[in-house]
Order: sequence, then structure tokens, then C-alpha cells
Amino acid sequence: MAALLGRSCRKLGFLSSGHGARRTVSTETGKSLNLYAAINQALHIALDSDPRSYVFGEDVGFGGVFRCTTGLAERFGKNRVFNTPLCEQGIVGFGIGLAAMGNRAIVEIQFADYIYPAFDQIVNEAAKFRYRSGNQFNCGGLTIRAPYGAVGHGGHYHSQSPEAFFCHVPGIKVVIPRSPREAKGLLLSCIRDPNPVVFFEPKWLYRQAVEEVPEHDYTIPLSEAEVIREGNDITLVGWGAQLTIMEQACLEAEKEGISCELIDLKTLLPWDKETVEASVKKTGRLLISHEAPITGGFGAEISATILERCFLKLEAPVSRVCGLDTPFPLVFEPFYMPTKNKILDAIKTTVNY
Amino acid sequence: MALRLRSSLSKSNFLNILLRHNNLGFGTASHTTRVSQNPISRFCNTMAEKLSSVGEHEDANAQVMDFPGGKVAFTPEIKFISESSKERVPCYRVLDDNGKLITNSHFVQVSEEVAVKMYSDMVTLQIMDNIFYEAQRQGRLSFYATTIGEEAINIASAAALSPQDVIFPQYREPGVLLWRGFTLQEFANQCFGNKSDNGKGRQMPVHYGSNKLNYFTVSATIATQLPNAVGAAYSLKMDKKDACAVTYFGDGGSSEGDFHAALNFAAVMEAPVLFICRNNGWAISTPTSDQFRSDGLVVKGRAYGIRSIRVDGNDALAMYSAVHTAREMAISEERPILIEALTYRVGHHSTSDDSTRYRSADEIEWWNKARNPLSRFRTWIESNGWWSDEEESDLRSRIKKEMLEALRVAEKTEKPNLENMFSDVYDVPPLNLREQERQVRQTIKSHPQDYPSDVPL
Repeated sequence: MAALLGRSCRKLGFLSSGHGARRTVSTETGKSLNLYAAINQALHIALDSDPRSYVFGEDVGFGGVFRCTTGLAERFGKNRVFNTPLCEQGIVGFGIGLAAMGNRAIVEIQFADYIYPAFDQIVNEAAKFRYRSGNQFNCGGLTIRAPYGAVGHGGHYHSQSPEAFFCHVPGIKVVIPRSPREAKGLLLSCIRDPNPVVFFEPKWLYRQAVEEVPEHDYTIPLSEAEVIREGNDITLVGWGAQLTIMEQACLEAEKEGISCELIDLKTLLPWDKETVEASVKKTGRLLISHEAPITGGFGAEISATILERCFLKLEAPVSRVCGLDTPFPLVFEPFYMPTKNKILDAIKTTVNY
Repeated sequence: MALRLRSSLSKSNFLNILLRHNNLGFGTASHTTRVSQNPISRFCNTMAEKLSSVGEHEDANAQVMDFPGGKVAFTPEIKFISESSKERVPCYRVLDDNGKLITNSHFVQVSEEVAVKMYSDMVTLQIMDNIFYEAQRQGRLSFYATTIGEEAINIASAAALSPQDVIFPQYREPGVLLWRGFTLQEFANQCFGNKSDNGKGRQMPVHYGSNKLNYFTVSATIATQLPNAVGAAYSLKMDKKDACAVTYFGDGGSSEGDFHAALNFAAVMEAPVLFICRNNGWAISTPTSDQFRSDGLVVKGRAYGIRSIRVDGNDALAMYSAVHTAREMAISEERPILIEALTYRVGHHSTSDDSTRYRSADEIEWWNKARNPLSRFRTWIESNGWWSDEEESDLRSRIKKEMLEALRVAEKTEKPNLENMFSDVYDVPPLNLREQERQVRQTIKSHPQDYPSDVPL
């Protein structure tokens, strides 16, 4: 599979342009954009390149609560970019119907915290649409976008990371970008992928992350993890906004002589086991970090798989530095979060095991 | 309008946002590039307009109030809208209980050819149901669900549609497929999950689907198809097709959240979709009195701004006429229509159910005999000279023979190859599935006795 080519020794500085064998994206400079502007650009390109594509959800008409859909309604018209009633099961159900007729339905759920009413539609309809019909029908044109993750003050209902629920559903894909440039390319891939995709956007980065984003139409492949920092002593795996924190921990670990390899998983379902396996076979240690609560989190799947594949190469137990098993708290957020120091401590514990 | 916006520029941020999006047009209808055919613009006004003239010359009681959503008259009395009308919404029918045309009834004329095909297909559906049901009882099929009592809804609605109208069924509408040309063999293939099944053996019996016949594959989840149908209808509208989406559901399905979601979306999106409710009195063992407290389904349409009609679902001619009329409205006016077809579920919910445990055998028998949709329509077509006893017995013996043959062939046709377990989960099997297939194949080699011998590897 393509994942095995050209990926293993690539070193890309996080938030800086790097090099890539197949893609021109990282050699080109572009405008400095934040995450919501990059996503906005991707949506403009998607709607421009396919007249049978639609963007809809709550409040997308005026630009959306996070401005990701700015300018779309004006440019493409209110019959292609429109507000929906406040009803996630309706939004996704309607999107499935549109996609089933061969359109691209790019649906926005206002916060990932509110995606659950649509869970039935996603699991029982979207994920099984092709399989149950014997491939007579499919809703591959469906892409569901939702902001996820901690934002500093979001509390229970504006901070959730629900990716683990969706990673347990055969038939859909789950993708989480780490930065503006990644988000644009990954989102375009998701939109064009012939399978229904859930795309979680780290809301913390909507304004915080700024990066040079090439202005042209480009895609970044799905189900290909990326080694964004090379190292020899321990492999760290993460996705989304957490990678920034993990990278800080890696920098500090390096000062203490620990060489960390950092991997951005990007696609959680189906995930690139081969890249992580190759890395752990080299380093002998694995640490996974995610904001979502540790129990049943996606880190458990990665841990179990790597244990199966790399048991004899492991020098220490797989470490998980994750959110705690509580609803996402407000005042206690700093205690809940998997912080740089928690990760750094875990790196040292693992290396000194 | 523009003048007023500018003059109130300083008054609110909301207005500033509007100005920024000034091409969107304020107060224009939403989802078409031209002005909507539907007079909803009166609901689009979210600004309180300054009512300079009102109240000066008029009687205080005739004053109106202005809120987002538009103007409303006010009343100084505490008046509740009653939870139900005194009279139930009347039910449209054209043939009386004996199949005689009711004088002065309005209906859409149907040709002899169409009427005979309608009746023949109703008979075929009935025979197919009985034979499949018996086959399950004999252990030849794992499961089955009949459509007995609802043949007129199935066939007559299908007859009133065009082949390009896309169908989103629940699971008690195989007659629509039958009308469109799905063969008895194809039904049997799906029920046996053999290699000729369109669905590749993945689902339980009666979960039919056919892209050739524009019939989306059945999923057992209740009412999930309703919002899907609305999206499909919107697609048809945007592609300017002379077609609509049609979705079926039962009285039970109307309690699901997806029903509410779908109707609301359909109205707002001005989607050409027909919502056909088979109100057959039962959701497994739950009678409608435990399902809702409204006057059935027909009154719910208005709550969403949807035009609705109640029809005698056992009157094939009325069903045909209602669906035909609704379809034209839906497409030409770009609107959803709700059709409540009153009927009775004569059969059990499925082969896993014995409905005599919760309703009397007499009740079932009465509906089967006295209110049978087939006999009423038969009387009507015979009265036109379009049918005879001889044609009846010829048809029935022919269909029975065909069905038994279809069963026999389907039963002995081999199952789909094992690789079909892993394909179509995604467009292309990902690595984890390829690995799992390898593992399963190895396990089969070690323990062949654990696996059914009729699934080719």
C-alpha cells in the first residue's frame, strides 16, 4: 500500500513546511492562514470543483460560529450553502440522502459534543449504506465536519473528543488534522473519498494555529500516518491539537538526552498500523496521548495492536497520557488535560523502565 | 426595505451582519435561485418592522403584533387551541366496502391495462407472502414479514409513481418493487441470501434493494429512511428532475425523532417528497392508542407546514388517485406531502410474532374478510368488464407455480463467496480487513467443521 512508500524517514517540522516525495504541498509557500481560514479555503475549492456539492448545517449561512463557511453562501448561492433547522439527526440524515444520489454533502455539526443525535444515522445508515445494499448504493459523498476538543473554557459541552465512538464503526472513516495546511489537504481528501467520513477539527487551533497554506487544490492521503519528528528512544503517537503539546514535551525531553519520534496518526479509522509498528520496532517504546478520557479511548486500540505486533521489541509498557475519566470539567480543566509535563514525566518513566 | 436597513444601521449588530451579506437578500425565500413558489416569505421576517400606520386608525382589537416570524393578530382572551378537533379528519375513499364506486367521487382515471396490472400484482404479492411465510414455518427460510392487508397501499401507490421516483421503504413495501419489475426469483434470492441476491447475502430476508428500480435497500432501523428521502428529494429538485422521493413508514415509525426531523426539513427545504404512512393500527403489539394521542398522522403535517391527506389505504383506486395527485403537487410546487393511508395489518408483525397474543383472532379475521383490499378492487375491475373468474384462477395457479419454482431455485443456489463478507465495507478493503480475511481463512483450514459448508470459499 502507498503508506509503506516514502513515509518512514520523512522529517517534517511541525507547523513549518517540510518536504514530501509525492506531494507538492510542502515545497510551496502560500498565504499565512489559521485553521478556520484553511478549512474555508478547502470548502471553497470543493464547492468550486464539483457543482453537485453542498455545505449545510446550523448557522453556516452567515459563515458559521467558527467562520469556517465564510463567503460560501454568497459565492455559491443559498441552494448549495444553507442553514438547516436545529436537528443533528436531520442534518446527517438529509446529508446521507443527498450523498446517496451522488452529490457531495459536506455537513457541519456545530460542536462534536452535539453529534450524538446523529449517531444512529451515522452508524446504522451511513456506515452500512454500501455494504447492506451489495454495493448497489453508497453515500460516499458524505463528509461530516465537527469542531472538537478543549478550548480552555468549554466545559462539558464544548470540549468533548468523541472520536473513539466513531472508530468502532466499520464503514466510516475518522480523520483529525493537526494544523491548517494539513486540514486543507485532509479535508479535500475526505470530501473526495468515496466513503462517508467524520472529520474532527481541533477548535483550539481555529485561530491559534497559523501556517503557510498553499493556495491551490491539493490533497493529503488518508490512512497514512506521518512521522513529524524523528527519534530513537521512544515513539509518541497522537492527533489533532494534542500534537502541539506532545511536541513541546519532545523538545524538553531532548534537552535531557531523550530522542523522541513523534507520529501524527491523522486518520484514526482505518489507521496506519504499519508506520507506528515500524517506529516502535526501532525505538522499543510507545506513548500515546489524547484529550479524550483514557478508558476506552482510541489509545487503547493502538496499545493493543502494537503489543500484538511489537511485543518482543518493547522495552517498557505502552504508556497512555490522556484525559481523565470524568465529564470534561470547567474549573478543573487544567487538572484533567494531558499536559506537557504529564507527557514528559511519562516519557522519562518509560525510558527509565 | 434597503432604506430601512440603512437608517437603523447603528441599532444592532444583527443589522450589521445583514449588511455584510447584502447579496443574500433579506426576506426572500431560501432555497431556490428564484423566488420560492411557496408563500413563506411572510415567515422570513425576523426584524420587527416599524408599524407606523397600525393602531392610529384601527380598533385596538384589530392591532397586530410583530415578532420574528411575522405579524400575528393579538387577542385579549385566554384561548387555547384544542388538543383535537371535534371531528376527526375525514378519510378519502372512492370505492365502498363492496368495491362499488361511490357516486360523485373524485378519482384519477386509470386505464384497463394499469388496473389489471394493479390487481394482478396485488394477487401476486398476496400469494408470494403466503408461500414465503409457509416456507419460514417449514424451516426453509430464517425469517419473513408479510404485507397482508396492505397490498393496495403497496401496489396502488407504486402504480401512481414514475419509475424515476426514488423509493425509501421501511420494510413492508415489497409491492412497490414488485410493481416495478422485481421478479419472484429476485425476492427469493434475497430471502435465501444466495449469490444472486443483490445484497450479497449480508442482510436478513425482506431487506430488499434495487438500484435499477430506484428502490433503496431496506434497513431495519425504524424511520431512519425519512430524512434520507428528504435529502434525495432535494437532489432531484436541484438537478431539475421530473421526479420525487417517496418514503414509507408505519404508525409506529411516526413516533421516532427521525419523523420529526424529516418533516421539518422537508418543509424548510421545500423538498419534493411524499411521506406515505401506513397506519395499520399496530407497531408489533403496540396499538395506536399507545403510540400517539393525535388524530392519527394526518394532523401532524400542519404542524410542520406540510399539506396532508388521509386516505382509505384499502381502497386501491383512492390510493392511486391520492398518490398521483400528491406527486404532481410535490414536483410542480416543490413541496412535501404527507399521506396517511389507513389500513390494517392482517398478518403478524413477522414470523417471530404471534399477534393472537395481543389481539383477537376475530378482529384479524374481520379485516381479512370484510375489509379486504383485493376483493374490493376486484369487484370494481370486474364491473368494468376487465376481469373474470377464469383469469383469476389462471393467475393464481400460474403465480403459485412460479413462486414454488423460485423458492426451489433460490434454495439450491449457492451462497455468495466468503470474500463478500469483507468487500463493500469501504469502496476498497483497507489493510485491517485484508488481514482479517487472511486470518479467517486460516482458521477455516484448521476448523472446517465450525463453518457452514454452503458458503464457498
